[in-house]
Amino acid sequence: METLERYRPIIDDFEAFLDACERPLGNVVRVNAIKATPERAMAALEEEGVGYEQADWNPRVLELETDSPGSTWASFLGFTHGQEAVSAVPAGVLDPRPGERVWDACGAPGGKATQLAALMDDRGTVVANDSNLGRLSALRFNAERLGATSLAVTHQDARNYSLKPLEFDAFDRALVDAPCSCEGTIRKNPDALDEWTEDHVHSVAGIQKGILRRAVQTTREGGTVVYSTCTFAPEENEAVVQHALEAEDCRVVDFDLDLEYAPGVTEWEGEEYDGSVSKAARIYPHHNDTGGFFVAKLEVTA
Amino acid sequence: MAGDSDGNVGQRFDRLPETAADRVVEGRATREEVVGYFADRFGVPPGTFDEYTFWEKGAGKIWVYAGEAPSLAELEALGMTCLRTRQEHWKPTTDAVQRFGRHADSCVVELDRERAARFAAGEDQELEWDGDWGYLIVACEVVGDLEPLGVGLYVHGELRSVVPKGRQRDLEA
Repeated sequence: METLERYRPIIDDFEAFLDACERPLGNVVRVNAIKATPERAMAALEEEGVGYEQADWNPRVLELETDSPGSTWASFLGFTHGQEAVSAVPAGVLDPRPGERVWDACGAPGGKATQLAALMDDRGTVVANDSNLGRLSALRFNAERLGATSLAVTHQDARNYSLKPLEFDAFDRALVDAPCSCEGTIRKNPDALDEWTEDHVHSVAGIQKGILRRAVQTTREGGTVVYSTCTFAPEENEAVVQHALEAEDCRVVDFDLDLEYAPGVTEWEGEEYDGSVSKAARIYPHHNDTGGFFVAKLEVTA
Repeated sequence: MAGDSDGNVGQRFDRLPETAADRVVEGRATREEVVGYFADRFGVPPGTFDEYTFWEKGAGKIWVYAGEAPSLAELEALGMTCLRTRQEHWKPTTDAVQRFGRHADSCVVELDRERAARFAAGEDQELEWDGDWGYLIVACEVVGDLEPLGVGLYVHGELRSVVPKGRQRDLEA
């Protein structure tokens, strides 16, 4: 937890934050609309005697009263997918429509890519990419289990992504759920901070900047790019968005979120960011009893 | 770029020809045959697949896809695997049956929860069935509706579960 001390200046009610980080998270699943409505998924869980609680901010997010959320009939049938509550946020912010062309730049293991497909009624094209073959096989497994037929899976370095294997030359929307230092997953992985170093934060930030820039470049004018991480470090969040604002044609835009959150920070360790990055959302564990998350929404302007 | 005529290339997605008259690659199933298979054996209305394209990657492995792609695609995956062809008895996949099997009305065997749990765990079981032998859609009632669970192979009074190992689960009856 010492690592987290660096965030004392930017987090309100820091003690509540630390307390929340020490509490383990419950087992949460997302209802997969490709196969079931929330009502049918909940009825199936009731029929097999598994208790649940529906999140008030998203009817598709259920906390289950079981230690093995993957061993239910609802899961076997692909009605549900184990996915942390805040992980369901960025696909909703991206808000893809049926028929669109959508890129999930860091798509494995597929929770968000399949959620994008579900939000599009499995109509359109979701290009789920990842640079790691092992993680791609998990993505493919999850996509098939959840019945997503609108996914095309590619294996590339997202920083210099080529659209050559595809039939079109720009996306309508892109999600960059970037690899990160994962501080916000501390409640799920108590050893998430064991390997933490400032050097790692800076090196992963370099990768994040490259991926976000490529996402803006490959998205059409007027299109949307969502940038998210599961970490608190401004170096990996607002600073990455700031870099995209300086290097590419895009702007930060507002979005609605039915969750408690704090605005993006505009100042960190002597660096100042554009005032518009305050439109981003910092979701802390003590806000909604979830993991930690950062999400920013960009509009491509040229 | 290589054309269709150079045969079935293991790592590449090639779109299925519409009909036998359009076939260039030997042994490749046609769209008409694939849609026809699901209609003839399982009663899945051909219109179910109107918005989908079919592709082959790997010998006989057929994929069903709803999105946009060029006619030859160097990709890791395109939609989902739905059918294994280039063998005497074509075999649908568990995941495709779960996705499209609700439209089926023949060669569907309904199990009670106890038998369905054994099927999901990968167990073979004795079963009386007076329909066709071969690959069947195995289904079970879930909150009032018949829900397809996967594929079983019925021979000699036995229903063999062909749920892949990674998809098998120990579930409560």
